Amino acid sequence: MTLTLNAKTPPGPIEQKWDTHKFEMKLVNPANKRKFRVIVVGTGLAGGSAAATLSELGYQVSCFCFHDSPRRAHSIAAQGGINAAKNYQNDGDSIYRLFYDTIKGGDFRSREANVYRLAEVSVNIIDQCVAQGVPFAREYGGLLANRSFGGAQVSRTFYARGQTGQQLLLGAYQALERQIVRGGVQMYPMTEMLDLIVVDGRARGIIARDLLTGAITPHVADAVVLATGGYGNVFFLSTNAKLSNCTAIWRAYRRGAAFGNPCFTQIHPTCIPVSGDYQSKLTLMSESLRNDGRVWVPRRRGDKRAPSEIPEAERDYYLERKYPSFGNLAPRDIASRAAKEVCDEGRGVGPTGLGVYLDFADAIGRLGEDTIRDRYGNLFDIYQRITDENPYRVPMRIYPAIHYTMGGLWVDYNLMTTIPGLHAIGEANFSDHGANRLGASALMQGLADGYFILPYTIGDYLATNKLDRVDASHPAVREADAAVRGRISKLLGVRGGRTADSFHRELGKTMWELCGMSRNADGLKKALEVIPQIRDQFWKEVVVPNTGDTVAFNQELEKAGRVADFLELAELICIDALHRNESCGGHFREEYQTADGEAKRDDEHFAYAAAWEYGGEGKPPVLNKEPLTFEAVHLSQRSYK
Amino acid sequence: MDVTLHVWRQAGPDKPGRLVEYPATGISTDASFLEMLDIVNHGLIERGEDPIAFSHDCREGICGSCSLMINGEAHGPMRGTATCQLHMRMFKNGDHIFIEPWRSVAFPVIKDLVTDRRSLDRIIQAGGFITENTGGARDANAILVPKHDADAAMDAAACIGCGACVAACPNGSASLFTAAKISHLGLLPQGQPERYRRVLGMVAQMDAEHFGGCTLHGECQEACPKSISIGVISRMNRDYVRATVMQREEREVAGVG
Repeated sequence: MTLTLNAKTPPGPIEQKWDTHKFEMKLVNPANKRKFRVIVVGTGLAGGSAAATLSELGYQVSCFCFHDSPRRAHSIAAQGGINAAKNYQNDGDSIYRLFYDTIKGGDFRSREANVYRLAEVSVNIIDQCVAQGVPFAREYGGLLANRSFGGAQVSRTFYARGQTGQQLLLGAYQALERQIVRGGVQMYPMTEMLDLIVVDGRARGIIARDLLTGAITPHVADAVVLATGGYGNVFFLSTNAKLSNCTAIWRAYRRGAAFGNPCFTQIHPTCIPVSGDYQSKLTLMSESLRNDGRVWVPRRRGDKRAPSEIPEAERDYYLERKYPSFGNLAPRDIASRAAKEVCDEGRGVGPTGLGVYLDFADAIGRLGEDTIRDRYGNLFDIYQRITDENPYRVPMRIYPAIHYTMGGLWVDYNLMTTIPGLHAIGEANFSDHGANRLGASALMQGLADGYFILPYTIGDYLATNKLDRVDASHPAVREADAAVRGRISKLLGVRGGRTADSFHRELGKTMWELCGMSRNADGLKKALEVIPQIRDQFWKEVVVPNTGDTVAFNQELEKAGRVADFLELAELICIDALHRNESCGGHFREEYQTADGEAKRDDEHFAYAAAWEYGGEGKPPVLNKEPLTFEAVHLSQRSYK
Repeated sequence: MDVTLHVWRQAGPDKPGRLVEYPATGISTDASFLEMLDIVNHGLIERGEDPIAFSHDCREGICGSCSLMINGEAHGPMRGTATCQLHMRMFKNGDHIFIEPWRSVAFPVIKDLVTDRRSLDRIIQAGGFITENTGGARDANAILVPKHDADAAMDAAACIGCGACVAACPNGSASLFTAAKISHLGLLPQGQPERYRRVLGMVAQMDAEHFGGCTLHGECQEACPKSISIGVISRMNRDYVRATVMQREEREVAGVG
């Protein structure tokens, strides 16, 4: 069976599509809204804002998160800022320019109409957040301040110190808490979605496990929204929070939702390097550091001298050498690959050899230590706390790390997946960033989807579809419930001798080596042999402690279920990466590069979104293609020389 | 390095708990405190024992999940640092480290070192927001906020909701948490219409959750991983007194009092 992908992009000029669509969509009468129940899974920027807004409109909302409080979702960790086409700086910004920058930054692999709409509603987001009391940075006169960010020549990024994600999330969280006490949102904290209920081809609920009591309960509704974030933790070591996982979207995929562009994963060039095999996660150092830091490695391989003992002539400032016009500010994907290249040559620094220097000595000499402290003091402190090295004296050591996943569930213009009634918003969907996301755009997309897009489009779905009543006794509900219980018993029943984490580390290492910063057909084929082996071993050897004398609260059981799903998703990522015989954005296939080593896109054969459909247990997934047509922009090759 | 842990083990909310000794050996001084616990847990699981349950997620000091009393100090010995950002180099080879959950009636223990902090959400529900439905906002620059106020609001808004202030307080008061939100919103023009209603609602909820009263010990600001100052508590108290008086006046005008 092959799906018919209908993107449902409205007709007309790009500037009018969303307005036209908003008018064309059917509305739900205010008095009828309370008769509909919508499930929202996840309470980050997308889920929190959607749940609050849907409740404000009058819908009954059931909202789920696995944390003890909705405020702890991983959106909270975003540092830099949020883009919006306000043009407050009078520097030539516009909706069209933000749209263009985003689509070009994504290396022309996203859907034009969605990206334009994102740029369009970006201005409303800032208004909404300010009204909620988000303490954005201000100028002395009281107006909002802006800063510049990668991939743009205008200053359009709004920020709240280095905690923009936190402040935006608290805004959405507070709006959500207001709806909880009003009675519009039934909140289920410490509750994890473990399967999707599909009745007559429509998403009608979820099976969730109460992490405190272990109770497994079906929750039925008229529509389901997944706002469960990205899957970067498939690599084990990433900048994602430890508990971020793919279970909700993976279970939806197995129930029939197509998975869009799984191989589009983003690697951030400036993270603190791995220091030992005990390491549990990687910490990001804001990309803004590359404004004043110079990246270098020794010219000679295996040079173990301290950086201060390596004379200028024996250093290789490789970004400045290779990309003279962009230098240290080369885009994320390019800077990441260049670092890998020099380390592969044996010129990496630090105890593991997987690191490059980010050196502030010149900037400190030119501007003084105080100026540098003013600009980056907070980041320097974090660095020192983790590494015990003083970056004012010794160059920082950095290395690329997995940061974000552009891929996710395929959605149409209404943010609905290929399962009617199932919507995906925020990082959980594939829609707006193509093959590479620009800085400060993730927060924008999460809030655009949650505050301003989904609340409209879901109304159209509810108004145009006749939905029969479903209760917990329905065979489809019982089937999903039994599947979840069976899976948990299976996990507990293996009783092997290896921890879930040890499998996760092994998987992550395989993915990083064979499907990480650069990929090739041989490596991907090898990964496709290795991953099923790890998976088989997992189901034979994993141990999930269940000593029986404790409460049902079992963090190892939660972890094992998530690792089991990563072990399946990893295979799909490699299949997608192997099929896409081109290089674009974060997907760099070594066979497809220009003479000087840059990514070589193949628009003739690959200007489409790959929407993979679950083929059944033990069967290969089925590829569906959504052709990408560009009416407003012209395709061009990116160059940063 | 080798250290000896004394960890609070408690099988469930109504079960008795006790301190259990575990050796942690061959730990890198570059490992974080939670990575050290990961290593200990790895060994426990492989030996068929129940691992130590503890809350964590972002491991970069912003989500507010991690919450450990380390040698009697909330988040351990380093100021302005959450447990997840604490590294083993802060300890010495041979140290004995006592690890306990947050101590507060309002934070019942779920298991081992994990506590239930949902009482903090209920304080926010009692008024820790600005009533503003999606879609009705005026242009963001139509509201001018002096830089000084915006900065002060941000200082208070930096709270990560971890509950260290409660755990550190001899009275188990949630005043720093509550006052931080009251100050964040009360310092901004957008927060003025609900300013006094907010303080009355949130303080009442704090009491209803059985958090203790504030007697200005100042332990909370020492433990706070975001170094939020107890100045916010003075501000909350001022607003509270004023709100109480205003409430009485309103009642008199309405002929109730």
